[in-house]
Amino acid sequence: MDSDSPSLINPALVRRQRAGAWRRVLPWLAPGLFLGLFFFYPLGSILWLGLHSALLGGIVASVFLPTVQVFLFTVYQALLSTLLTLALGLPSAFLFARYAFRGKSFLRLLTAIPFMLPTVVVAAGFNALLGGRGWINLGAMNLFHLTTPPITFVGTLGAILLAHVFYNTTIVIRLVGNALSHLDPRLEQAARTLGADSRRVFWNVTLPLLRVPILAASLLVFLFDFTSFGVILLLGGPHFSTLEVAIYEQATQLLNLPLAALLSFVQLCCTLVFSILYSRLVTRRGVSSTPRPADTKGRPARTWRERFFVGGIVVLLFLMFVLPLVSLPLRSVTRLEADRGQHTAVQYGLTGAYYLDLFQNPSETIFYVPPFAAIGNSLLYATVTVVLSLLLGFPAASALARPTRLERVLDPFFLLPLGASAVTLGLGFIITFNRPPLLLVTSPVLVPLAHTLVALPFVIRILQPALASIPDRLRQAAASLGAPAFRVWLTVDWPIVRRATLSAAVFAFTISLGEFGASSLVVRPEYPTLPIAIARFLSQPGASNYGQAMAMATILMAVCAAGIVLIERLRLPGAGEF
Amino acid sequence: MLEVIDLWKFYEGSPLLCGLSFHVAQGETVCLLGPSGSGKSTLLRIIAGLETPERGQVCWEGRDLAGVPAHQRGFGLVFQDYALFPHLTVEQNVAFGLKMQSRPASEVADRVSKVLAQVNLSDMGGRTVTDLSGGEQQRVALARALAPEPRLLMFDEPLGALDRNLREHLMVELRSILRASRVPAVYVTHDQEEAFTLADRVLLLHEGQIIRSGAPPEVWGDPGSAWAARFLGVGNVVEGVMRGDGRVATSIGVFAVKCSSPHRVGEPVTLLLRPAGAWPLPLKGGAAPEGCVSGTVTDVVFHLERFKVSLSNGLFFYLADPPRVGEEIRLELPPSAIACLP
Repeated sequence: MDSDSPSLINPALVRRQRAGAWRRVLPWLAPGLFLGLFFFYPLGSILWLGLHSALLGGIVASVFLPTVQVFLFTVYQALLSTLLTLALGLPSAFLFARYAFRGKSFLRLLTAIPFMLPTVVVAAGFNALLGGRGWINLGAMNLFHLTTPPITFVGTLGAILLAHVFYNTTIVIRLVGNALSHLDPRLEQAARTLGADSRRVFWNVTLPLLRVPILAASLLVFLFDFTSFGVILLLGGPHFSTLEVAIYEQATQLLNLPLAALLSFVQLCCTLVFSILYSRLVTRRGVSSTPRPADTKGRPARTWRERFFVGGIVVLLFLMFVLPLVSLPLRSVTRLEADRGQHTAVQYGLTGAYYLDLFQNPSETIFYVPPFAAIGNSLLYATVTVVLSLLLGFPAASALARPTRLERVLDPFFLLPLGASAVTLGLGFIITFNRPPLLLVTSPVLVPLAHTLVALPFVIRILQPALASIPDRLRQAAASLGAPAFRVWLTVDWPIVRRATLSAAVFAFTISLGEFGASSLVVRPEYPTLPIAIARFLSQPGASNYGQAMAMATILMAVCAAGIVLIERLRLPGAGEF
Repeated sequence: MLEVIDLWKFYEGSPLLCGLSFHVAQGETVCLLGPSGSGKSTLLRIIAGLETPERGQVCWEGRDLAGVPAHQRGFGLVFQDYALFPHLTVEQNVAFGLKMQSRPASEVADRVSKVLAQVNLSDMGGRTVTDLSGGEQQRVALARALAPEPRLLMFDEPLGALDRNLREHLMVELRSILRASRVPAVYVTHDQEEAFTLADRVLLLHEGQIIRSGAPPEVWGDPGSAWAARFLGVGNVVEGVMRGDGRVATSIGVFAVKCSSPHRVGEPVTLLLRPAGAWPLPLKGGAAPEGCVSGTVTDVVFHLERFKVSLSNGLFFYLADPPRVGEEIRLELPPSAIACLP
């Protein structure tokens, strides 16, 4: 044995090192077990079932053809949606990055709100504006004495595309607009002194410099459109089937779990490819230039052409984002038509009836669950989700905040649930936990578990930077002053991470409240959540059902909007965008 | 060629350029010398057409350029930290202006290789500009501005970010390129060494106006004001009062001085005492005789073949033999080292 390496055989040190290793692994135990049992195990079941049915059963032509059709339509609508989103988002990004105008910060917030709104709320909003019982149709019918709604919106491809643009424009505005405001203005000025007019400056300098952020935004938008579920189910109607909707239909209506699993497998592969492409693009960062402070002020429009551009985009964004969000709450307190059975005079005017109806059980049936019960369920699930995701997120985020090799390997695994679609998560649950000892399908406990799975990556991503921002010196200083471990945490960590914790809690709460994809598979009919109840009421005929759907969607929107505003307020300066 | 007439520009409410006027002749290099924040860059941006003045004219060959946008002026501008297009190669950067002129491809290639040779970057054409060193980026910026054969070249502190050796080297190179190309140039800097090396004519910018202009030796020989003398570091600026005997009394001694304009008795006078040419006198008791200064040495710095000696009263002189720090010395100044500032 070397004389100068006695430490290698020092038993006390070995023991300490072993204890250190344990301490490193300990924080991973709970979140690791959770992810293993509720994410990787169900995912494995899907893969096994999907591949098994494909290989053993053979890919029958009767299955193959519809799958290809569904896949092609999924890509088609996602491509179209992405192009339209870029068409609105790119000019808007220029508007926000380059020009100063009245109401700019309000308009920016307005465009950001939909991204975090539950799909049912968005679907209900567009329904209230353009649907058969919406403002525009009823208004036109009244005005021109028509007997049928002049505009068919729900059940068209246009409805899907419009809702997708509504959802994702903010991604383009943020990613491209951010890059634009960090762009060195002297590059464009240099081009002008070299003889380039404004058109050539744009095509030869500005656009090439924005290539990477535009590509990144497009990929992200495409990914969201590709995995979109609620919008297509609620606004597209039965004619349009994307992979997500097909998985849902096969699993819940046709009870063909193997085919659902196969579709899920295809879906997973696609999202995996897109996610890898995206993260590659983002880490490469394209052309590097010296970082400079963002110029977010912009300047007022000067020429007539500029004024026309600014005015046009502002009006367009305002119509696009205000109308659906405003028509929903207004519709929920307005009676615009004759209720069923009242063929006599049509009543107009304000009414609180739809809200009062939420507490009643008109048909007196046992199976009918009054809407207020759904609100109660949702609040309960959301509370459990907050507690679970914080309990699991804190140890994981603390470990990730101080990454060693172990953490670097584990880090991406905690983001994986982001890549899997919510419907896939739900499907995994119902094919995994449907037999003892894990017969959970019949109990409502799966719902908060699924919501936690969806919320956990966000919670970790919010907590991690806050925890990482605490210098170790502070803790050491506190410890050297005689504070025991818990006191150190309470006096040093907690005051710093308090805001992030609250932000994460609100995030988890709003995610759980609005979650629709996984819920639509795992929610028990006798314990519906608010989004499930809204979707159910929207699909049923009758003015009262419609009004109650509007009322519930308005409540959900109000709670989520409050959450979004709270999170914006709590956002740490300099936190990342996506 | 270029004529700037009575230019006014305000920045956040306060005046930056206050009725500034100057002209640049064919083949002439004019250096605008002024401290940071004196509006030099803004002036270049106005000439380039990137900003508009509140008042005044920028004329080229007698024609007012007010309505002419930047891309039609044909003025090249080399930016402070180069502003090279990071998405283009060296060659593509240099070719940019030529492409905007829609010249045929063969001509573009010829001109690019010629200009790259001119700035000693012939074998670098295919490189991305972000891989280049500061000096190389500077050359690319110069080549890019030169390539489209501009009617006027402008430089906005182009050597500011480079280390001293490279700066001196590039200064000489730039000088020969400017002389060879015969393009009129406006060069903006806060560094007098750069200005004196490159300029045919130096313009001193102070409080938004040009307070002195002339060839470098003229400006150095007669800075024209106390501020200019201090800014250029020409020598010691001392306040005094005209005495009845035609001499000026100051806190550090009495000096005989020839003034261009006559002064009345009791009138305050600003003197410039140049630091070179003073010789030490043996210390004898009593007040310093006329034309002499004395003081305690506080600092001695070796300054290229001579020593810069600072005294406790704030004066400095260049001496061939270094005194000791703390020593009391007396220096006699030659009459040529004493001047009167208006």
